[in-house]
Formats: sequence, C-alpha cells, structure tokens
Amino acid sequence: MMTYSIETNVNGRPRAAEVTARDTLLDVLRDHWDVFEVKNGCEQGDCGVCTVILSGKAVNACLTLAVQANGKDVVTAKGIGSPKEPHLLQTKFVEHGAIQCGFCTPGMLTSAKVLLDQNPKANRQEIREAIAGNLCRCTGYKKIVDAIEAAAAKPES
Amino acid sequence: MDNTEYLRPSNLKELGQIMAGHKNRATVIAGGTNLIPQMRNGGKSPELIVDIGDIQDFSFIMEDDGFISIGAATTIAEIASSDIVSTFSPILASSARELGNPLIRNRATIGGNLANASPCADTALPLLALDAVIRILSPGDKTRNVVLNNFFHGYRFTDLGKGEIITRIIFPKPDDETTGSQIKIGLRNAAAISVASIAVMLTMEGKICRKARIAAGSVAPIPMRVSRVEQLLENQEISATLLEQCKAIMKKEISPISDIRGSAEYRSYVTAVILERNIQRALS
Repeated sequence: MMTYSIETNVNGRPRAAEVTARDTLLDVLRDHWDVFEVKNGCEQGDCGVCTVILSGKAVNACLTLAVQANGKDVVTAKGIGSPKEPHLLQTKFVEHGAIQCGFCTPGMLTSAKVLLDQNPKANRQEIREAIAGNLCRCTGYKKIVDAIEAAAAKPES
Repeated sequence: MDNTEYLRPSNLKELGQIMAGHKNRATVIAGGTNLIPQMRNGGKSPELIVDIGDIQDFSFIMEDDGFISIGAATTIAEIASSDIVSTFSPILASSARELGNPLIRNRATIGGNLANASPCADTALPLLALDAVIRILSPGDKTRNVVLNNFFHGYRFTDLGKGEIITRIIFPKPDDETTGSQIKIGLRNAAAISVASIAVMLTMEGKICRKARIAAGSVAPIPMRVSRVEQLLENQEISATLLEQCKAIMKKEISPISDIRGSAEYRSYVTAVILERNIQRALS
C-alpha cells in the first residue's frame, strides 16, 4: 500500500501522519489526530459540518485530500477560542441561542470566522451567503445569523 | 483499493515529465472537489492522481490585447471576486458566484469545472456564450487550442486525450454593443445543482441583433450552444413575435431528462421562460 508522510499545523500544534492518497483531511483529522470538533456528515461537500480554515480559507475537509493539506495550517472551531477565552463569535452563539443540537456549530463558526476576518462589518445578506455551505438541520438559521451579526456589529478591538 | 499514487508537481517542467511518463494512468485534479466524492462512493479508483493545484502558472486572471485569459487552476472564488471578470464578463462572474457554495468555490477550479464536463457545469454556459477557447497542453510540450463549443463531445466526455491538460481559458472582451445575461434555476438559492440554466450574449446595432450566442445547461447530455435560436435572432429586430418563435425552437432543440431535481416537462418549460427573460435582461 502506497503511503505518504504529511505534516500540518492544527490550531497551532504540529501534527504528522502517514496517509494514503485517498484519505481526506477529514479522515486524518478525526481518525489520526482525534480532532473530533470537525464533524463527519455527508462526505460529499453538501453539509459543511467538516468546515475548517485551511491557509486562511474556509473549506470542506471532506473535499480536501490529506496530502493536499501537507505543509499547511488548519484551524478548527477549537482553534478560534477556548471555554476560558471564547472568541466573540462563540460568546454571541451562546447568548443568542444559536446552538440547538450543536452538530453544525463548529462548521458555522469556522465559516463565520473567515467572513469576519475578511469583512468585519458584514451585513445580514453577506452573513447568509457566507454560511450558504453550512446546513443546520434544526433549521436554526435565524439565531445563527443573529449571533454572527452581533459579533460583526461589535468587532474585537 | 488504496494503491492510488499521488504526485504534486510544483512547476510546468515537473508536470511535463510526469505526464510524459504516466499519460495512460494519470487523473488530473486541481481542487479535487469532483474526484474526491467519486472515489469515496467507489465510482472511481485512479491509479495516479496528478495535482496541478500548486502550479502558479495555472492560476491567474489576465486582461490583454482584447482578450481575457484565466488559468485552469484559478479557483471559482477567485473568479467570482475578480474585478477583471466582473468588468468584462459579468455573466461569468455571476455564474461563478452561483456555483456550489463558498466552501466549494474556495477549492473548485474553472479548469476542473470544464474537464469534468457535467451537463450542469455552471461556468461552461457563460464561456460558451463568450466564444471561449480552451488551451490544452499535450504530451511532448505541444499546445493546441479548442473552441469550447467543440470541447464537449458527449455526456462527461471531452476532447481531452490521454495525458492532456487544460492550461487556460481565453475569450475575447465583448465590445460596447454586446451585452449578456445569465440565469440558473436551482431548487434553492444556495449550493444548488442547476435544474436548467441559460447564458446569452447579444450584439446589437440599434434595434437589430447582429450576433447572438445562446448556451443552455442541464437540458442535454452536454452544456450546449443552441444554434438554431441564435440564427433566428441574428439580423432581426427582437420583437415579441420573434421571442415566441425562439421559445418554440428552444424547446425542440433541447433534450432534457427527468431526474430528482425536475421533470423533463418542467425543464423544457422553464428553459423557454429563462431564454426570454435573459434576452429581455440583456437588452434592458
């Protein structure tokens, strides 16, 4: 079996793995590195629960080969903030009740983080477009958009 | 099944060497958004993946000599946010903004969208209407150009031979008398696969249409030009009567199927509707 050595930086921590050419970044995050905040939903780019920030861009980990992430930085929801020091987005998600079952939340947060990095004062329409690749099967979109809008209105200084 | 090999050339020279040695077993990807799900569901098991996503020469949007050139590995997100594309080909910009979702647009590329040759390939329609040409790199460092209209041979079957790679897409800058419009019908606004889609470019001289380009997607085995409708429009004043004739011919020229996204009857009906709406928008 042909394998390849990859090294990435996940939330600031160097990680290495032996992977096959067919393994996705999602496979390696969950199965090799126990990065379970990156969820596995559809495995075909429809649901967005595996959204991570790869070299500054929000992408589906299931549509990225592990070998393609070699040498790159990966940020997940846990890399955005911690329970002790949550990111403003995370605080606003809690305040606005933007979490129902919570399965889509890590993906929503990573998509929203990239949006606000690029467009700190994003409006409602821009927010809706930015999370267009993230499904919430609880259909709690209104509160999610409310939370991101609240974070956008009061950017971190 | 895990015998797939992976190579990621970082420049054209390395790519040339790889393709010369492995042309019969190479599957080329840039983002990988088409291939990865196909491997996952067992449909495809490539011997060798050649990833051109790192080759800088394939990632650019350029404007010169009356032409726009876009590198094959340019992402859909880059095209969607490009000032050059928005200025000179707004229908390509808007179709790029409607492809997949923001996450997919960050990985998917224009070359991949065309090489995958799906009948619903979103960027194919504006590019057909813009008279785009595909530049192809063949083994032995040979280059050839193919008019996009001759690139799609059949359902997911293109003009690309063994070891060939799309390197760039080129189209002329439309002149001041030329305007366009593009409409994609999906089942929802975000992340939709098109049910039917049309792109139109019209060159007008006063009230007379001098040149028409009509491209239709998801209503035939390939993204197609609809020449008979183009001929009907050219050198005519675009009247309500002519539009009705165009709609009737349009329904005869396409061959939609029924699937989970829509019935053949609906596709036929809505294609005629968005043809008329596109022409009205282009002229307004």
